[in-house]
Amino acid sequence: MKNKEDKKVLENAQLKSIDQELFSNAYPETVAPLNKYMEKLANWARANSLWFLAFGTGCGAIELRPLLTSRFDIYQKGIAPRPTPRQSGVFIIGGYSSVKTLKRIIRSYEQMQNPKFVISLCSCSINGGMYFDSYNTINQIEKYLPVDVYITGCMPRPEAIIAGFDKLKERILAGKTEGANKYVENFEYYKANQKKIIKDWDMPDYNW
Amino acid sequence: MKTKQEAIQTVGNVFGITAQHDQRADLSFITLENDKVVPALVHLRDVEKYVHLVMITAVDYIEDGNFQITYLLHNYINKTDIGVRTLINRDEPIMQSAHELWRQIATYQRELHEMFGITFPGSPRMEENFALEGWEGPPPMRKDFDTLQYSMKTYSNRSGRKTHDPKRYMKEQLKQDINKVYTDDKSTGDKNV
Repeated sequence: MKNKEDKKVLENAQLKSIDQELFSNAYPETVAPLNKYMEKLANWARANSLWFLAFGTGCGAIELRPLLTSRFDIYQKGIAPRPTPRQSGVFIIGGYSSVKTLKRIIRSYEQMQNPKFVISLCSCSINGGMYFDSYNTINQIEKYLPVDVYITGCMPRPEAIIAGFDKLKERILAGKTEGANKYVENFEYYKANQKKIIKDWDMPDYNW
Repeated sequence: MKTKQEAIQTVGNVFGITAQHDQRADLSFITLENDKVVPALVHLRDVEKYVHLVMITAVDYIEDGNFQITYLLHNYINKTDIGVRTLINRDEPIMQSAHELWRQIATYQRELHEMFGITFPGSPRMEENFALEGWEGPPPMRKDFDTLQYSMKTYSNRSGRKTHDPKRYMKEQLKQDINKVYTDDKSTGDKNV
């Protein structure tokens, strides 16, 4: 019983007191890898069914549409768009994200099931790109989310995105994609950065 | 059917036009006094049949100490546009609300309130966030708002960022005054014309 009380819980301090009991205050936990061979098998399966969230967060998302057409035919690589975060495993940050979008990105990312991967598309999410001096767009996405693969360009061609997916596959097969665990391990760091930018935080600290 | 020029003539006789600019055959801008704008909009909508509100926009003329607000109206019958302009004081940016003429004006006015800090008393949902959620800084579309400085202060910046400004790059490449090159080009171009 004592252990249970020691367990860290989320404060959800920004929620109204009447709303606090409606949301879970459980702290996110890391997920340890399976045993050696099972993890390899699981990684092989994960690498060949990359379902990405069809949420176009910036102008780079326009380059995702040609991937689904017959010319580039991303389905042959086991990659498909999914409509909700609960069903998807890959989040593609499509270029710049305004502060307003960042809030939705965090909500969607936290709702995704483990293991989850993040691909950062375009130069805006790397160093601000052409919007580096904008009052309303963030400059470095990795301050707010752990990123697995970057695809540079303004904008990258669909071929570059396919190459990025191939790189992600390589990293998954090598067992190097522990982004979801990294997010939980550095939870305070990411939350502090997110809350520094998002002034009207009106959601729980972790969107279960 | 009245032409656009006749409509402007009538507005000028009734409300007084301080400036007129004919951009195209089917587009003119008229500048009115601050308090004459809403009555003029009513007249243009109900009498001159400029029934469609295309947009409202504002420009910050910081050097004159003014905001210029433009109401762009369209007439479906003779297919012409009239932009009704007015200047309001930048230090005290209050404008009469026109949300009772077209309901969608309230949304435009919310945007102008957020981006320029212009207040429209009586306009619905004026204090709510429009596009910027939880914005705490000064209105970002004002000219005296330094967006680069705000970005540097608020958002993290990755070091090692290089800029390739074409003008500076060409200056370094050519090792000469690029402005001189441009002006020389222009002068020769003019001679040919």
